[in-house]
Amino acid sequence: MNAVLLIRTLASVVRGATPLVFAGIGETITEKAGVINLSLDGTILLSAMTAFAVAYTTDSVILGFLAAMAVGALMALIVAFGSITLRQDQVAIGFVLTLLGAELSSFLGNPFVRLKGPSVPHLPIPYLADVPVIGPIFFNHNLVVYLGYALIILSWLYIFKTQPGLKLQGIGERPEAAFARGSNVNLMRYVYTAVGGALVGFAGASYSLSIKLGWSHRHTAGNGWIALAIVIFGGWHPLRVAFGAYLFGGLKSLGSIFQRVAPGIPSQFFNGAPFALMIVALLLVSSGWLDRLLIRLPTRVRRVIHDSLLGAPPGGLGRVFVKE
Amino acid sequence: MKIELRDIKKYFGPVRANDGITLTVEPGTIHGLLGENGAGKTTLMKVLTGFISADGGEIRVDGKPVHFTSPAESIRYGIGMLHQDPLDFPPLKVLDNLLLAFDNRLIPNRRGARRVLKELSQRFHFSLDPDARVNTLTVGERQQLEILRLLALGAEVIILDEPTTGISAPQKVLLFATLRRLAKEEGKSVIFVSHKLEEVEELCDRVTVLRRGKVTGHLEVPFRADQLVQLMFGQSLPKSERPPVTLGEPVLELQDVTVQTYRLTVPHVSLTVRAGEVIGLAGLEGSGQRLMLQACVGLQKPSSGRVLLGGQDFTRRSYRDFLAAGVAYLPAGRIEEGLIRGLTLTEHYVLAQRDHQPFFIDWAAATNGIQKKINEFNIRGRPDTPVEALSGGNQQRALLSLLPPALKLLALEHPTRGLDIESAMWVWEQLLARRRSGTAILFISADLDELLERSDRIVVFSGGVMAPPHRRGPHLGRGTGVFDRGREAGSVMCDA
Repeated sequence: MNAVLLIRTLASVVRGATPLVFAGIGETITEKAGVINLSLDGTILLSAMTAFAVAYTTDSVILGFLAAMAVGALMALIVAFGSITLRQDQVAIGFVLTLLGAELSSFLGNPFVRLKGPSVPHLPIPYLADVPVIGPIFFNHNLVVYLGYALIILSWLYIFKTQPGLKLQGIGERPEAAFARGSNVNLMRYVYTAVGGALVGFAGASYSLSIKLGWSHRHTAGNGWIALAIVIFGGWHPLRVAFGAYLFGGLKSLGSIFQRVAPGIPSQFFNGAPFALMIVALLLVSSGWLDRLLIRLPTRVRRVIHDSLLGAPPGGLGRVFVKE
Repeated sequence: MKIELRDIKKYFGPVRANDGITLTVEPGTIHGLLGENGAGKTTLMKVLTGFISADGGEIRVDGKPVHFTSPAESIRYGIGMLHQDPLDFPPLKVLDNLLLAFDNRLIPNRRGARRVLKELSQRFHFSLDPDARVNTLTVGERQQLEILRLLALGAEVIILDEPTTGISAPQKVLLFATLRRLAKEEGKSVIFVSHKLEEVEELCDRVTVLRRGKVTGHLEVPFRADQLVQLMFGQSLPKSERPPVTLGEPVLELQDVTVQTYRLTVPHVSLTVRAGEVIGLAGLEGSGQRLMLQACVGLQKPSSGRVLLGGQDFTRRSYRDFLAAGVAYLPAGRIEEGLIRGLTLTEHYVLAQRDHQPFFIDWAAATNGIQKKINEFNIRGRPDTPVEALSGGNQQRALLSLLPPALKLLALEHPTRGLDIESAMWVWEQLLARRRSGTAILFISADLDELLERSDRIVVFSGGVMAPPHRRGPHLGRGTGVFDRGREAGSVMCDA
């Protein structure tokens, strides 16, 4: 493969993974607060449809994105209301909403199928886009992709470097202890669930208005589940979640390249391969052999590697907080 | 700061957890709150710190009536509580745990918190690594961190709920020194909640005894132990006797057994346990005694050496084979490992019937069976009570009641941890009764008194290495040569 093709492939990986970055980090924020929003697949479908419908009707991409974020936040608030206020099972609510979102998107989106609508304009960043190799891979896209970069960095800064971010970790790890330190656990959980949901909605909009233009039935189906898996793969850490999103995107385009090279192998094999590889990667970092390897290293190095590779779910994930 | 609780009432359904409790805590004192499990101590302290709201009564701080609706509010008044299970954030770093106590800054002041942590640590001779994750700390260190957090927040009243459960002997010494210093030198009030008489006697200036939600007495130092017992239980407890037992055939033999995990290796243990013998496994938590105990019941496969059970080679046989051979194991996590959360006592009874397991369950017979056990073992619960609704003592009773009648070897981890004296004595009565019928007992304990009082031999573990067993006669008195051996064991425990 020649260099130009390689660069073009990598650029498409970066671009194609952007919605997964938004959805993955959105869900990471929600789960950091201790709530599982399992409705991602339905939410992305519904918000992708909404974004396209609104943008098509109003001819405004921005309104499309805003509407999609509202839909995402609304779906998340249903999860929050059901689990926090009504104290129902988060998994059950999430599943039902997944199905509801998918059906609703097909039903409401029917008039918009296969229409040509507005899209996010291409926007190479001046100067940066001209840097060899890096420029075309990272800086020759549209605003959505750049916002993805910003989200990765900002969410990491927020969660790990700010006081409210620390509190966010607190309410997800151990709501009782956070309550004892003065956090309004359930209000904060509502807020972060809604924020996470809005980001998932943004992911939906970025499909229909930027990455996979237009709307068709089950336009984005499956990507919500991938985002949920990436959150686990990423160990609830925004940088690793983003890495997971790009890795998955990379594995997928690798699949399509191999498919061209070896046309005899059924395409399902290459479609499924990224999932299998993700599972292998997950096993590698979460199994005991890594610990055994690390134990030979000096404490400081060990701590850094340990922190960057291993992730555990927030201690209070999926658990309802009730004041005694 | 002076705290007055007046006529505090808190009911949980029909249970009167606090039934009109009145007590005063003076500044600069260590005030003991003594009572057996379920006497209402923790409930009262949670009322005082705003975790739960009282159904009646009044709280006064320095004479002024206050009403706390959350623990955050009570700490603003300077009242802070250390919970039995430290209420912290295990996966986060020590420094972040401390930072989480403060609020209203966008960028946390890490440098300031580091300084505060260092200053306070030095003041109380704690050594806490600010960058260590809390889940790598011992319970004692997590307590120290919580104390520092409360002090950093300006607490004037510090409440400790059963703080000595699960901490090592040197940590306890340090904790007591810290509490004395807080009260005597810094004028803070300390409320020390405990069910352990000796600790209250050792530490407190005044003590309030609770029983079944009511105050049974206020005492000032010096306390008389028998008076405290009387107030706690409403009767004096008889001293337990250890009737002499003739040891039988060897039940379990470990021949040069080595157990290895990636954390710890316990090398070359040889030990013979005879029928009717009680052996205590001592040492700091994580020194290898648990690994060895699990090797004795087939839960850990030795990497070398042989395990003989009744003369037969059981090395590398499965746990099921050990069970079939008359071995039983009661783990420390009663509700986590021993019982099944969500199932009732009857359902546990059905599951425990190893020999007779028909396809369809005869519920009537099972209910009868467990009812008999409930009466016999004095379990406070009904056949349809889910096990998690039982108190710790009753969970232990239930576990004991479900053991098969005839056992060759019974292995226990912390058989009386968290139990009050009465329940603990009852548990040992059951165990000694089994020993009389020839069951060998192996137990792990962190309680030195229990080890010395109950064991025929004590095996001390330190950093994975087993010291040779300490033999002792059937009778134990303080000040005898035997006790010195015990103290030796104790010193090994502390040195590790």
